[in-house]
Amino acid sequence: MTAANANPAAPVERDPHYNFGYLDESTKRMLRRALLKAVAIPGYQVPFGSREMPLPYGWGTGGIQVTAAIIGAADVLKVIDQGSDDTTNAVNIRRFFGRVTGVATTESTRDASIIQTRHRIPETPLAEGQIMVYQVPIPEPLRWLEPSETETRTMHALAEYGGMHVRLYEDIAQYGHIATTYDYPVMVNGRYMMRPSPIPKFDNPKLDCSPALMLFGAGREKRVYAVPPYTSVKSLDFEDHPFTIEKWDECCDICGSENTFLDEIILDDRGSRRFVCSDTEYCARHAAENESPFRDDSEAQRTAAPQIGIDAGDPAHVGAAS
Amino acid sequence: MSATQPLLSVRNLTHTWDGVHGCRDIDFDLFSGEVLCVVGESGSGKSTLLQAVSYQVTPKLGSVWYDTRDAGFTDLAQLTAAERRMLARTDWGFVRQNARDGLRMQVSAGANIAERLMAIGDRHYGDLRAVAGEWLSKMEIEADRLDDTPQQFSGGMQQRLQIARNLVTRPRMVFMDEPTASLDVSVQARLLDLLRQLVTDLDLAAIVVTHDLAVARLLAHRTVVMRGGYIVESGLTDQILDDPQHPYTQLLVSSILQS
Repeated sequence: MTAANANPAAPVERDPHYNFGYLDESTKRMLRRALLKAVAIPGYQVPFGSREMPLPYGWGTGGIQVTAAIIGAADVLKVIDQGSDDTTNAVNIRRFFGRVTGVATTESTRDASIIQTRHRIPETPLAEGQIMVYQVPIPEPLRWLEPSETETRTMHALAEYGGMHVRLYEDIAQYGHIATTYDYPVMVNGRYMMRPSPIPKFDNPKLDCSPALMLFGAGREKRVYAVPPYTSVKSLDFEDHPFTIEKWDECCDICGSENTFLDEIILDDRGSRRFVCSDTEYCARHAAENESPFRDDSEAQRTAAPQIGIDAGDPAHVGAAS
Repeated sequence: MSATQPLLSVRNLTHTWDGVHGCRDIDFDLFSGEVLCVVGESGSGKSTLLQAVSYQVTPKLGSVWYDTRDAGFTDLAQLTAAERRMLARTDWGFVRQNARDGLRMQVSAGANIAERLMAIGDRHYGDLRAVAGEWLSKMEIEADRLDDTPQQFSGGMQQRLQIARNLVTRPRMVFMDEPTASLDVSVQARLLDLLRQLVTDLDLAAIVVTHDLAVARLLAHRTVVMRGGYIVESGLTDQILDDPQHPYTQLLVSSILQS
């Protein structure tokens, strides 16, 4: 154990003292039943008996339970946090599942069969058969509008979602445009209002009619919900203020990509900054594919890349967890 | 105010909270454009009556019939919960004593007014804003307060905003629970004036619960007097106030300070 802790990159052994997937079999069955119901009613929040997990609420207890319930010995797991494969949360959850299941883990989006994520959908398009598992802090999209759980459930049952536009109205009145940038509310299958977890709205279009299965788990709030493959997911907007995603004037400093979600990184206290892809795996692969780069110092930047990824993840991570 | 068909009919309505307190055997009709005042002392069942008639609580006994836009004259018990909520959001308005209960205090006045329109599917920001501005000026609030939150408004303005928020879907029926009670006298007079004008302009029917006979005198065509959960006297407002028959009504009228 001490040797493994000393080097987080070292592979972990399957620990036979734990049941496969950490949870006991009846708990996993209960979760799968909830997930089946969630898939059958896209966007509907299904209650489940959330268990204590060996990490604090807000760190992905919901996602980890969903993953534990669906993972099989043949699965290949990828875990990302803020788009990055090498931040603390991602590394530890990957090691956790390595230890309790012994499944293969990967950083490649294409090779993964299950991708547990916090805050991002990978830039690489998802394929049929892949499962995305989201860690959700607050599953109820109507919570800010209506504090009563009874009332929000009635509103879901009767599809009374008009009030959701009040927030968008308020954004436009105050800022001149819809300023909500993450956790942007969506309508699933034309019926249920859903919080897509705190992904940037940049990723919302990727949810729409995705070939992959999307599962959402909220551990503290004890809810799971799902978007089955090829389901319509529509972001809310006004006729005269249509939904738009974030845009940057810059391209990625490392791989040169122009159509990815970029993190801004402050380099010093004199205003120098650079923009890099938040999806580190996509960025590294894209950079490797462009083997004849247009920059002279590309080699130096590529070696610096993992370092930047960690720096980029941490401040945002702390902000979101608080 | 044609006598052909009432907008709202209440028959044998009884609702008690604990078998004792509440309102009993309530019967009345309300016609389009008519204002009915419910007066009585604290605990006489006025607010219970309002809640039971508007189906905010399901009455224990009796029925409430309403002339709905789609289905005509219908027993509200026959409607689904969804239809009743829709009715309450579009064809009815609710003005509460404390404007804070009826408003969304965190969001701007414009969003407060436009909320009902968004709830029935209006999705054009420019139009919503224009309508909100229109209603604000109708309520004698300056148009440049559109983006202020109700927290920055005075009590009287909050109450007017609450009324605007309710009237934006052009309801035919408004339930008011002590609309002027928390305001000072000069603001009360102004609000009553505005209410009277709105009721006439929009041909609104209203049930106004109040303990203030002056409100009844100014606003109401008809008045019912409640005591201990029962209606003890009902009739034209002037008749009730000028020639009270029931001893309790006589007491109520005589207790007004005469100058």
